[in-house]
Amino acid sequence: MNFTYYPGCTLKAKGKDLDIYARKCAEVLGVTMDEIKDWQCCGGCYTTSQDEIATKLASVRALVEAKNNNTELLTLCSACHNVIKRVNNDMATNDYFNFRVNNYLKLDQPYNGEATVIHYLEMLRDKVGFDKIKEKVVNPLTGKKIGAYYGCLLLRPSSVMAFDNPENPTILEDFIKAIGATPVIYQMRNECCGAYCTLEDKAIPKKRSDKIIENALSKGAECLITACPLCLYNLKVNGGDKIPVYYFTELLAEALGVK
Amino acid sequence: MQNLKLREKIEEMSGVSVLKCMRCGKCSATCPNYDEMEFHPHQFVYFVEKGEIDKLANSKSIYTCLSCMACVERCPRQVEPAKIIEAVKLLQIRKQGNNHLKPEQVSVSLDPELPAQALTSAFRKYSK
Ligand code: SF4
Ligand code: SF4
Repeated sequence: MNFTYYPGCTLKAKGKDLDIYARKCAEVLGVTMDEIKDWQCCGGCYTTSQDEIATKLASVRALVEAKNNNTELLTLCSACHNVIKRVNNDMATNDYFNFRVNNYLKLDQPYNGEATVIHYLEMLRDKVGFDKIKEKVVNPLTGKKIGAYYGCLLLRPSSVMAFDNPENPTILEDFIKAIGATPVIYQMRNECCGAYCTLEDKAIPKKRSDKIIENALSKGAECLITACPLCLYNLKVNGGDKIPVYYFTELLAEALGVK
Repeated sequence: MQNLKLREKIEEMSGVSVLKCMRCGKCSATCPNYDEMEFHPHQFVYFVEKGEIDKLANSKSIYTCLSCMACVERCPRQVEPAKIIEAVKLLQIRKQGNNHLKPEQVSVSLDPELPAQALTSAFRKYSK
């Protein structure tokens, strides 16, 4: 199975582990991740205003690459996934935006949203299959109680992201079961960690993270997993190290015996 | 001051029709940053409808919205308040010299564990 892979800025630096373990696991699962050679940063945050064009061009370039490679565009960081998928939706549905982008980029063939954006978790669920992963597990994380932290970016807006049920998602819990552990359901798993406001006022992500962690601990979670480096930072650092927080790929690598 | 021209511009940028709002308040009830916002999502919709945009534009609330999209997801009328907040904020930071976050503000206090994503998204949100 081949994918055009978009890592994004953070997975080359502070969020390296998310990427390294994903690649190791992909090998075991028979998945090839072809990294785009000259990818550009997505900007980390999608701008909803319809007259914002320049801030979305990096995403379009990645999408065009996937289209030309005739493969789906694989993402791993929740933020990249959110930005690129929403830009792709704009290219497919917003004539004014599509016209301005194509007019500027002067591609050989105009791009109209033909590529499909798929997150690593969706790839595990829909292409590999959680049953198949279960078969490949050599170190099941039996007895480990894990809280899935979804945050916002994978789920919302659900009309575009179409990732899972936005209010009662199950993909991360199914993933936790596949690696032999026990999922812990808690209400705040899809509420915001405070995001970039850590640069505006640290008190905001501190308060948000406290609430999320308190809720997860009260339901018996021993650790949390996430697909987002900024969620990990807020929950860990701004949350005051009250609970271990891992990238989901790290636990997958552990279960598959490639950590 | 009532400014209906600005209201039109904000509706155009955001793609939101403020008249669809039925003032149920669900967006503000679900907003995780309610306590940190002087104006709440339903008030952004309301004051844009009234054309009273200055007070929104001059409020810190445009920078404390987390873009979490909870209000967008849970509004029963698909009004999508966060898009209004984004448009009001953009009109502010697009003004010459009006960037809300400047590089010299972050370099001194940079936390070694802070991921690049925090910086890219904060600059995307707060500066032009
Ligand atoms: S949830 Fe929607 S309809 Fe209700 S007050 Fe907010 S914007 Fe208006
Ligand atoms: S997007 Fe902003 S206004 Fe809407 S719920 Fe989230 S923090 Fe509140």
